[in-house]
Amino acid sequence: MTAVETEAGTRQHGAAMGVSVPRKEDNRLVQGQGVFFDDIKRHGMGYLHFVRSPYAHARIGGIDLTAALELPGVLGTLTGDEVALLTDPFFQIAAPPGGHVRDYALAVGKVRYIGEAVVAVVADTRERARDAAELVMVDYEPLAVVVDAREALRESAPVLHEECGGNLSYSDVWEWGDVDAAFAEADHVVSIAELHFDRFNSTPHECSGALVEYNRGTAQWTVYTNNQFPGFAAIMMGPALRAGLDKLRLVTQDIGGGFGNKITTHPQLVVCCLLARKLKRAIQWTEWRTDFHQSMSHGNERWFQDTEVAVKADGTLLGFRTKAIDDAGAFLRYEPLGGVIWSQVAGGLYRWRNLRLEFTQAMTNKAPVSPNRGYSRMQQLWFTERVIDIVAQQLGFDPVEIRKLNYVQPEEMPYETPNGCVYDSGDYPRMLDLALELIGYETIEERRAEAAARGKLLGLGIGSTLDSGTNNFGQSQLVNPALQFSGNNEVATVKLDIFGEVVVTLGTTPQGQGHETTAAQVVADSIGCDVDMVNVRVGHDSYWNSHAGFSGTYASQFAVTGLGAVKGAADLLAGEMRQLAAMVFHCSPGDIELGGGFARIIGNPDAALPFMALGAIVNANNAGFLEDPPTLNCRFVYRPQFDVPDLERKFGNLTLTYATQIHACVVEIDRETGVTEVVDYAAVEDCGVRINPRIVEGQVMGATAHAIGAALWETFAYDEDGNLLTPNFYDYHVPHALDMPPLRTGALESPSPFTPLGTKGMGEGGGGGIHCICAAIQDALRVVGAPVVTDSHNPYHRVWELIRHPERSRQSVEVRSR
Amino acid sequence: MTVSTTPATSRAISVEINGDTVEREVPASRLLVHFLRDDLDLTGTHVGCDTGSCGACTVLVDGLAVKSCSILAVQADGASVRTVEGLASDDGELTALQQSFKDCHALQCGYCTPGMLMSATALLERNPHPSEADVKLALQGNICRCTGYWNIIEAVVAVGQGGAA
Repeated sequence: MTAVETEAGTRQHGAAMGVSVPRKEDNRLVQGQGVFFDDIKRHGMGYLHFVRSPYAHARIGGIDLTAALELPGVLGTLTGDEVALLTDPFFQIAAPPGGHVRDYALAVGKVRYIGEAVVAVVADTRERARDAAELVMVDYEPLAVVVDAREALRESAPVLHEECGGNLSYSDVWEWGDVDAAFAEADHVVSIAELHFDRFNSTPHECSGALVEYNRGTAQWTVYTNNQFPGFAAIMMGPALRAGLDKLRLVTQDIGGGFGNKITTHPQLVVCCLLARKLKRAIQWTEWRTDFHQSMSHGNERWFQDTEVAVKADGTLLGFRTKAIDDAGAFLRYEPLGGVIWSQVAGGLYRWRNLRLEFTQAMTNKAPVSPNRGYSRMQQLWFTERVIDIVAQQLGFDPVEIRKLNYVQPEEMPYETPNGCVYDSGDYPRMLDLALELIGYETIEERRAEAAARGKLLGLGIGSTLDSGTNNFGQSQLVNPALQFSGNNEVATVKLDIFGEVVVTLGTTPQGQGHETTAAQVVADSIGCDVDMVNVRVGHDSYWNSHAGFSGTYASQFAVTGLGAVKGAADLLAGEMRQLAAMVFHCSPGDIELGGGFARIIGNPDAALPFMALGAIVNANNAGFLEDPPTLNCRFVYRPQFDVPDLERKFGNLTLTYATQIHACVVEIDRETGVTEVVDYAAVEDCGVRINPRIVEGQVMGATAHAIGAALWETFAYDEDGNLLTPNFYDYHVPHALDMPPLRTGALESPSPFTPLGTKGMGEGGGGGIHCICAAIQDALRVVGAPVVTDSHNPYHRVWELIRHPERSRQSVEVRSR
Repeated sequence: MTVSTTPATSRAISVEINGDTVEREVPASRLLVHFLRDDLDLTGTHVGCDTGSCGACTVLVDGLAVKSCSILAVQADGASVRTVEGLASDDGELTALQQSFKDCHALQCGYCTPGMLMSATALLERNPHPSEADVKLALQGNICRCTGYWNIIEAVVAVGQGGAA
């Protein structure tokens, strides 16, 4: 089934790096011995269940807790009124108008989406907490609802946050190059009335949650959770709770998937903290699947309106102008950062230099959006890929050739984009060739004819994406100049303990990416020992000394920031081990080599100290040294080199690395029903140097599956009253085993010149799957009226509409040539 | 008026779990999965949805793969239940299937893994040499959000062929 074809052999950096060593995590996980937050128990803990709003927009009248509190086993409650007294509103990333939003951990005065938490109930069992929640009586006064961001921006629309004066959260015009000149120079101008990127998210298998303890003597909370960005959570929670960050200990162990959807759990964690203090007992909260779907971290829905593309006669793309409307949902929990993140990949993989994008973001009566695998870049890359294929369709260019003509070329690397981002390395045309080879491009016309004979419409599509990684948080100042964030960092410690144990702590919060394994590979090669000798502590603990402001696992960066920190700390330790051995042997550190678990004098194998001896000397047998020996306990903060972007020009390097994906697929469409089946799939990844190729391939596979689901089945669809129509896995169809097409993967390695190991962050490149499926559908339907695919989500009924009324979508596209 | 929605009744049950007989008084409303996880601390069995859709809670009840969120603990009275904790031997030796999952990189976050292993164990017990199509069908009730299933399917097929390629 899975044919793994790797063109470029992985470099053998040392004994461990570059090799697909078995994962350290797996032994416990295949035996059910992982520790996920819901596995942690405390004596007398109370189970929390949220009472959630059944209205998308309503004023809260009275709340009657009597019946709930009388139920035997109920331990206590928390309401929005209490929250408003005990906490301050969460810090807002947005400048006004979005900056005026007052966001609390529970609804205060008003509800703004179905599923918003209104009251928290705690009882002695899960079942009783849920039963009691149903006894809470809340009086609602329903208000008018707006679920469409385009309508939310109209004067007459109901307003979610009166203090904002409307539903606009953020808007700005982004323009680079000379757009007017580009259009004056163009031989063709292709206009596209509207494109729509759908709302979905990655639905990690484990829902959100926590076990929270409060130490009354020290006023400290310990939060065992699966939040994937503890640095951000702490910054949000501390000020809201009026507590210093040292009062908040966030601990993660095993996490059941994250994909960005577990970044913005700070409101629920604050509720747990308040109740742990109020009820003087540990509080356990496990989110229900329906609650997750209704309330947690939807992906950004986005429209692109009035798009115009300037094209030369030979197919050279000169530039575009468009108006993006983004739907933030009811609160700005991480937004409006989506309003700048897209600009990391403003032009996608292409060389056009003249770009104009008016970005407008609106708040609606739907679940708040938050980062989702490919956050905000996926939408922009889908836009650029749709534009390419629509231009090709309208002007008669070959989708392969127009891409190759306009791709940034390998000899241009590192390539500075019109907005000052720097694509570090890559060979996009070669990747496309490899993808086409894997998909069997030469025989596609024969396959098309063979499918037609069976009554099927066959099409091929290409999706090109960039997985920009290692954020420069200075870009946040582009949406709010008052913010005091910039750069990035991550921390690791590596020490040699008393019996020679090599112990590594990370600041990251792995959710399946195998950090324990890859960190051990880097350490093993740095200090000269076997991977099995390296013990990487599981998860994150902000009380370890490996925690920094940006600690966490998000935005494709571990292979750069996390492993950069690990490499730095391991190199420091190696230096100290040589220094100590030199002190013992009365020689120079330069005379010492490390290898095989020993420090020895070069050329004298008998003069060798095992790691155990080094650890023991420093920790327990250190008399007699005239000078202080080293500590063999090394901490390193990795900090990539960034500048704050030029806020006037909206210009600067926003991310350190650009992993690249070229996906290609073949679909077959049933012309009677519109059902689309992906029958062949190829995914080529270039993420620079791969520390563990198997883990990299696993990320490629998972991202691909997410994309296939989003393209065909997964959607957060709302009705006009704000009811989510897909609130669970019954209605929200994620791919199952039977849905998966044959997959071939390939890899190139273009080392990043900017990172300690030549690696690039990766794992979020799944957008390529959405793009290539859209393209393949458009290709397949060219023989039935050549409709234009204008939506990222194409379930059978939308494809059927395209087949039945191809002229409707065609009317939204226009070509003006001179 | 106070409305009590919690059943007042509980019942004594006797269940053989991973070879040991367990006798407990359980509330009639307690799901088997919560009995396993909360009462017996067998936390390898997971919960990933509230509609019986995801399969993270799959265990073997009298040899059949069953979603333990979809039956009550009292319904398991007298039955033999096997969970992921009952796969490896007491001295930690993994089953061929567990080893194959490791060899094939068939897990990432590991949350679906126990359910996948139990569904696949049931399949292999009734069909020791399943085809790829057999495996896909047997795992249709188990969601994985990390791997895209390819490596999981490969791992199960490999067991029937005598080990990972």
